[in-house]
Amino acid sequence: MTDATANGAPAKLTTADGKPLKAALASAQSHARRRAFFLVLPLLAFIVITFVAPIGQMLHRSFHNDGFTMHEDIGSGVRTPIMTNLKAWFDANPAGTEPTEEAFAALAADMVVLRELKAPGQAGTRINYELSGSRSMFTKAARKANDLEAPFKDAFLDLDKDWNNPDLWRVMRDASSAYTFNFYLAALDLTRNADGSIEQVNENRQVYVTLFSRTLLLSILITVLTFMLGYPIAHLLATLPLRYSNLLMILVLLPFWTSLLVRTTSWMVLLQSQGVVNDSLVGMGLLDDENRLQMMYNQMGTVIAMTHILLPFMVLPLYSVMRPINPSYVRAARSLGATSWTAFRRIYFPQTVPGIGAGALLVFILAVGYYITPALVGGADGQLISNLIAFHMQKSLNWSLAAALAALLLGGILILYWLYDRLIGIDNLKLG
Amino acid sequence: MKLKTALMATALTGVAFAAQAQEITVMSWGGAYTKSQVEAYHKPFTATTNIKVNSVDADNPATPIKAQVEAGNVSIDVADVEFSDAVRLCDEGLLEPVDHAMLPAAPDGTPATEDFIEGALQDCAVANIVWSTVYAYNSKNVSGTPTTIADFFDTAKFPGKRGLRKSAKATLEMALMADGVPAGEVYDVLDTDAGVDRAFAKLDSIKSDIVWWEAGAQPPQLLADGEVVMSTAYNGRIFNAAVAENQPLEVVWDGQILDFDLFVVPKGAQNKDAAMQFIAFSTDTQRLADQASWISYGPARKSSGALVGKYSDGKTEMAPHMPTAAANLTNALVNNFEFWVDKDAELNERFNAWLAQ
Repeated sequence: MTDATANGAPAKLTTADGKPLKAALASAQSHARRRAFFLVLPLLAFIVITFVAPIGQMLHRSFHNDGFTMHEDIGSGVRTPIMTNLKAWFDANPAGTEPTEEAFAALAADMVVLRELKAPGQAGTRINYELSGSRSMFTKAARKANDLEAPFKDAFLDLDKDWNNPDLWRVMRDASSAYTFNFYLAALDLTRNADGSIEQVNENRQVYVTLFSRTLLLSILITVLTFMLGYPIAHLLATLPLRYSNLLMILVLLPFWTSLLVRTTSWMVLLQSQGVVNDSLVGMGLLDDENRLQMMYNQMGTVIAMTHILLPFMVLPLYSVMRPINPSYVRAARSLGATSWTAFRRIYFPQTVPGIGAGALLVFILAVGYYITPALVGGADGQLISNLIAFHMQKSLNWSLAAALAALLLGGILILYWLYDRLIGIDNLKLG
Repeated sequence: MKLKTALMATALTGVAFAAQAQEITVMSWGGAYTKSQVEAYHKPFTATTNIKVNSVDADNPATPIKAQVEAGNVSIDVADVEFSDAVRLCDEGLLEPVDHAMLPAAPDGTPATEDFIEGALQDCAVANIVWSTVYAYNSKNVSGTPTTIADFFDTAKFPGKRGLRKSAKATLEMALMADGVPAGEVYDVLDTDAGVDRAFAKLDSIKSDIVWWEAGAQPPQLLADGEVVMSTAYNGRIFNAAVAENQPLEVVWDGQILDFDLFVVPKGAQNKDAAMQFIAFSTDTQRLADQASWISYGPARKSSGALVGKYSDGKTEMAPHMPTAAANLTNALVNNFEFWVDKDAELNERFNAWLAQ
C-alpha cells in the first residue's frame, strides 16, 4: 500500500478504509486493553474489597492510634475529641518543658471530660502501651476528676507521685498526635528515652528481633528440608509410568485434603515424650526410659510438623517441571561419556531450576506466615513471629503493635522477593 | 390461585413462628465447665422462658469481645470472663452496664447487692463462680506426696515435667509463693522490678521442664497422658477428670490463686434484654448452687453455700472440693484484679520475651 512520491519519501501507511496505520493500530490495541481490563475488573474489585482494603486499614493502625485524641461512642458512633486542653498546652510549649500549674490545670479539665465520656480507660491504655502502670493513674484521676481543685499540680501529685514523671509527659506529648512511629520502634525492640532519642529496650523485654530472625532461619531450614525430601519424590513421580505415578500422586495429595489440625495433632501423638516414636525406640532398647527424645513442644516439633505440611507445595511444582523433561538429554550426555552424577548435575538439574524456584518461593512465604502449627507444637522456643502478632491481636489487644509487626513482616518479605527477583529472576519460575 | 394463597399463608405463619422463638448466644470456656453451665443454667433457662441458648466455646471468651464490638458485628450475647478482663473491658466501654437492681434476692429476702460476695458485683459484670488456679499431679507417676507450692518447683525431689498456663497471670504469683513470699505480700513484691526478676528467676529453675498449656482441658489430658507429672490447672477441670473419668489425679491446694468468673454483655449485643434476663436467672441462689453439683467451683452468692450438696453422681460431697473450703485456704491468694488490669501488658511482654529466649 505504499506509494513512492515524487521526492522519494514513502507516503504514510494506511488501512483499507483510509485510516493511518499507526492510529488504527493504536486504537485497536487500546480497545483490546480496555476489554481485557473490564474482564479482569470483577476480580480486581473482589481483591481490593476483600483483601487490599481490610489489610490496608489494619496497616493504617500501625502508625495511627487515636486512643489519646478521640473518643467514639460505640452505640451512637458520635466522635468527641479528648485531651484537647493538654494538647493545646503541648502545642504552646516546646518538648522538654517542665509541666507547670497551667499544664496540670489543662489535665484536670481534660479528666472531667474523660469522666463524663467514660473514656479514662481508653486514654490510659494508650499511655500504658509505652509506660506501664499509667492506666490506673488515669482511671483513678478520672474518678476523682470533679473533686480536683487549684493548685492542680499538688492535687495530682497527691493522687500519685508519678504524675511528675518526665517520661509520662513525653509519652503524653507523643500520644497527643494520632500519627506516630513509636509502634514501629516497639516492634524492633526500640524505645525513646527521656530526651526523645532512640535506644534499645531493656534486655529482658527484647523479643521481636529474636523472633524475626528465628522465623527467617526456621523458614529457610524448612525450605531446604522440603527441597531435600521433595526432589527425589518428584523425580520418582516424573519418571515412573503414568499408572504408578498417578497412584503415588494420590498419596502425596492425600495429606493436602486432610484438615491441618488433624495432621498437626497426629504429629503430637507421634512425637510426644510418651508417644509412638519414643515408645518404639525405648521398646527396641535404643533409648533409656529417662532419656526420651524431646521432639514436641520445641523447635524440632515445629520444624518436623511444618516440613511435613509444606512438602506438597514443593513436590507439585517440581513434578510439573520434571515431567516434560525429555529423558533423551540425559541419555545423550551418558553416551558422550558423562558419569551419572555429571549428567545429573549439568543436564538434568539446570532444567529443573524453575520448578525449584517456584517451590522454594511457595514454601518459604508460607512458612514465614505460619501460625497454627507453631502454636500447637512449638512450645516456648518454637514460636514464630506470627504467634506474637496473634497474641497482640487477641490477648493484649494492642492492635497498633500487631499491625506494626505485621507491616514489618510484609515489608521484609517484599524485600526478599525483590532480592530473589534480582538474583534469580521472577520469570525463571515455572509452576508447570 | 388457591394453591398460591395456601403457600403464602404457610410461609407467613412460618415466619411468624420463627420470629417468636428467641435465642441468645452464651460464650464460655469449653469442656467440663461449659457442661456444668449447660446443665445448671442453659437448660433450666430454656425450660422456664422458652428462649433457646446457643453455647459457644473459646480458650478465653474475653478475646473476641473487643474485635466484635469495634467491628459492630457482635455475635455473642453473654460471655463468661475473668475478673481483670471484665474490669478492663468495662473501662474501655466495650460492655453494657448491668443494673444490679434486676438481680433476684436470696430466698431469705437479702437483696442481691448484699448476698453476693464482696467484689462479685461490678458495673458491667455479675460474678457467677469463685474458681482457682491450683496444681495437680498424677499419683501414678509421682513417688511421694507433693504438699506445698514449693514442691511444684522442686524437680530434684519430684522429677518430671511441669505444666503451666501460658500466661504471666497466676504463674508469677505461684513462683513468688514457692520462693517463700507470704501470700499477703505477693502483689507488693510483684510491683517492684526486683520482685519480677525474682519470679522469673524461680521460673528459670524449671524452664526446660515446662510444657505450656492454653486451653482449660489440656492439663488433665497432659497429666493423664503422662506428658507432665504435675500441672497447674483450673481446679474444677481436675475434679471432673478425677471424679467423672476416674483419673488418678490429686489437687494440691497450697498456693491456690482464687479468682471470679463473671457474666458480661458486650456492647451492641443483639439480644440485650434476653441476655440480661439470662444473667438474672443464672445468678440466682438455686442456680449457683446447682452448678456446684456439676463442677467444683464455689458459688458467688453467700446464700448458695448452704444449698451445695453432692456431685451429680449422687455420691461425692462437693464441699471439701470447693476453693473456698476452709481446709483449702491455708495458703491461698486472691487474684488482685487492679494489679493485673494495670500490669498485664507489661508483664506479659516480659513473659513473652522470657519464653522466646
